[in-house]
Parts: sequence; C-alpha cells; structure tokens
Amino acid sequence: MTHWLERLDRRWLFLMMGILVLLPLLFPLALPLTVSARVRAFHDGIARIPDGSTVLMSCDYDPGAIPELVPMTRTALRQLFDKKCKVVVTCLWPGGPGLVDNVVRGMANEQHRVDGVDFVDLGFKEGREAVMVLMGQGIANAFPRDYQGKDTRSLPIMRSVRDYSSFPLLVNISAGYPGTKEWVQQVQGRFHLPMVSGVTAVSAPEFYPYLQSGQLIGLLGGMAGAAEYEKLRGEKGTATRGMDAQSMAHVFVALCILAGNWVNWRRRRGAPA
Amino acid sequence: MKRELPLLITAVVGLFMILSFFVPHQAVSVPSDFLQQCAIIVVAFGYVLGGANTLRLNSDSIYKRQPGWQYKLILVLSLLATVAIGAVEGRDFLTEHKISKWIYDQIYSPMAATMFALLAFYIASAAFRAFRIRTVEAGLLAVAALIVMLGRVPIGAILTHWLPPPLQLPAVQDWIMEVPQNAAKRAILMGAALGVMATGLRVILGIERSYLSGED
Repeated sequence: MTHWLERLDRRWLFLMMGILVLLPLLFPLALPLTVSARVRAFHDGIARIPDGSTVLMSCDYDPGAIPELVPMTRTALRQLFDKKCKVVVTCLWPGGPGLVDNVVRGMANEQHRVDGVDFVDLGFKEGREAVMVLMGQGIANAFPRDYQGKDTRSLPIMRSVRDYSSFPLLVNISAGYPGTKEWVQQVQGRFHLPMVSGVTAVSAPEFYPYLQSGQLIGLLGGMAGAAEYEKLRGEKGTATRGMDAQSMAHVFVALCILAGNWVNWRRRRGAPA
Repeated sequence: MKRELPLLITAVVGLFMILSFFVPHQAVSVPSDFLQQCAIIVVAFGYVLGGANTLRLNSDSIYKRQPGWQYKLILVLSLLATVAIGAVEGRDFLTEHKISKWIYDQIYSPMAATMFALLAFYIASAAFRAFRIRTVEAGLLAVAALIVMLGRVPIGAILTHWLPPPLQLPAVQDWIMEVPQNAAKRAILMGAALGVMATGLRVILGIERSYLSGED
C-alpha cells in the first residue's frame, strides 16, 4: 500500500479531484447547511436599512472569483431590489467591470429595474484607495460617466446621491486588493459608513478582526457564506449547488494530507538509522 | 537639486495630505481633491507603461527565439489585437454585439476562471506531496487545517453530529477562527499598520530615499 502510494502519479489525484467535483454537480447530495451568525448579520444589515434607500455596492473582483462571489452578488442585489432600494455599483478591479455589468444587468432585468433610475453601474476607475477617498468628495466627481458612457449627473438615481453621506450602507463584494480591507480603512473608518462584506474563502480570516470590532456588520466568506445566504433568503442558487462539490473536494484534500503523511511516516520508520 | 526637489515635493504633498485628513476646510479639501485626481491620472499611466514593457520584453524574447517564444508571440499578437479592436470600436467598445465585449465574455472571462479553478487540482497534489508534519508546530497547523477545512463544509457537521454540539467540527472551527486566528491576525494588522506609519514618516522626512533611484 505504502509503495503504491509512494509511486502514485499525480494525474490520478487530478482525476479523482475532477470526479469528486463533477459527480455532486451532476447528482446533488443536498447536504444540510447551517446559517452562521456572520451570514445572518450580513442579511440583517441589509434588512435593517429603510426601504427605498440608495445603497452603494462595490464589486471588486474579476472572473477568477465567479463561483464564490457572483452568487452572493446576485443574492444581495435580489435582497436590495426586493426592498425597493436603488443601487449604485462600482468596480475597482480592471478585469471586473464587464463581468459585474453582466451580473447587475441580469439581476435588474429579472427584477424589472430600470437603468439610471433604480440602479446605475458606474464601471471601473483606476486609482484604488485614491478613488475611495475621492468618492468622499462626491460620487459624480469620481465617476463623471457611467459604464455606458452616460453623464452621471444627468441620471435620475444620482439626484439624491452626493457623497458617502447619501448612503445608509456600503455592500462590498471583494476578492482581494483593493477590496474590503481598503474600504474599511479609507471609507468606513473615515466617513463612518456602515458596511457589510462578501469575500473569497481564502481571504475571509483577514476580516474577522473588523467583524469583531463592529467595523463590518456582517461577512460572507466564500461559497459557504454565499450558500448560507441563499438558504437564509430561501433561494437555491449556484452556491448551494456548489457546496456538495466543495464538501467532496475538502474531504479529498484532507485525505491527501493524511495519506501523504502516512507514506512519509512509514518511509522514515523503515529507513536505516 | 535633482534629488532635493523630488524630496521637497514628497514632503510637502505628504504633509498636506495628512493635514487634509484632519482639516475639512475648503482651503485644504479642494487642493487635496485635485491631488487625488492627479494621483489617479498618474496611476492610469501605469497601464501604458505596463503595456509597453510587456511588448518590449516579449518582442526581445521572440526575436532571439528563446525557449517558449511561441507563447510570447501569441501574447504579443493578442495584446496588439485587443488594443487595436478596442481603439477601432471607440467609446462603445463594451456594449453588446461588439468584438471587445465578445473577447471579454468568451475568451478572457472563461480563461481567468479556468486558471483559478486549476488551483483545486494543484492543492490536492500539494497536500499529498508537500504538506509534511515534521515538527510539533507543523502538527498543530495540520490539525487546525483539517478541522477548519472539514468544519467549513456541510459534511463536517454530518461526520460529527454524534458528538456534543461544542465538540462538533463546525463549532470547533468557529472557535479556531474566532479566537486564536483572530488574535494572531489582529497582532499582524497592528504591526503592519505601525510599519506603514513608520515607512510613511521616513518617506515624508526624506530618510527613506530608495523610491527615487533604487539607493538605500
């Protein structure tokens, strides 16, 4: 057994991983999900804002984060549109604006929302933290034109939007830098704008201190967070479907760690002193 | 003068931006706003510099037929084609039925997602071949990793549902993330923040000059 494991070609591991991810996607296991306090706080953070408010949503990610962050973006937009909220969307990642626009427009069409009235996609602006600070001087100042090239100041949704004080909440969905950490440091800390955040699983531990200090009201961590959020909202989206595959992948990686160390331990034990 | 002038500009602008954080008066906020706009424009020029650098380095490799030059040729041709198509399509290059939009949706987006998805396979291989427990610290890391990995997914709850609730994997992983992980992360964040402040002060006061010409 040890000898076989020692000589195991890594392509077998790739094949096993592929099968374990593919099978639950084709034949869902419907493993039960438990909603964590962090996810409930994210949901309640949005639920508490007055109906019809205008909310700032920054989607700072690119296509690499689609499985984790697009489901939570969709669910958050659905929750906001259900509350008749207007949404101002920005993107600070150069690879993201096309993807974010597709997601926002898809949700707006589903909920019958009008561009420029119920939502606006301001698109991408380079400058990272500098853009965040500049938005504090005026949103239209930092984004004079929206993603479609329309004059931002002429849009009906922007009549009630001046700077950060116009929003009761910032929803940030981020995959790294610039993202949640920078929004907390430059905007939440400086302009005291309440904030909820959805991030990739790998970066989630970085934001626990902000959650504990109250700088973040709620936090969605990776696909698990997105799936719990979908459960809380009574939706069955792509995150819920993906959790079975992720479960299998995690178990397989855990077994790989154990098997690798077992082989190593046996080899060391059998080696001459 | 060649060195003193940039140092003076850095010191004046740095001090002014710190001042703007504390003084909301228009006399400070308007110039600060202008400086922020300038910073954004300067950062945007980085894309031009990056594009030119990519072209220069890869063209050189292609010309010298270095190993893997064929891939670099595809990179350069793709870069030039994307820029040219975007320039021809003009301001509406991101609207529906445009080639630029098609390139983004059908080529860039799936390729970027694929690159990220490949991580799952490499993590499995690395877990089997590289994650070796040779010390007590490595053992603690491995145990914590296994608990968090399994506790974060629904199967963790199923595997340990027979245990008392505080000992079930999701509860234990929550404790690891909320207490020891959080404490360590907070210490790192505070240390990094103090380091950033110290470096910022060194730059403003002209002690740190490596950004000028690579000297210490």
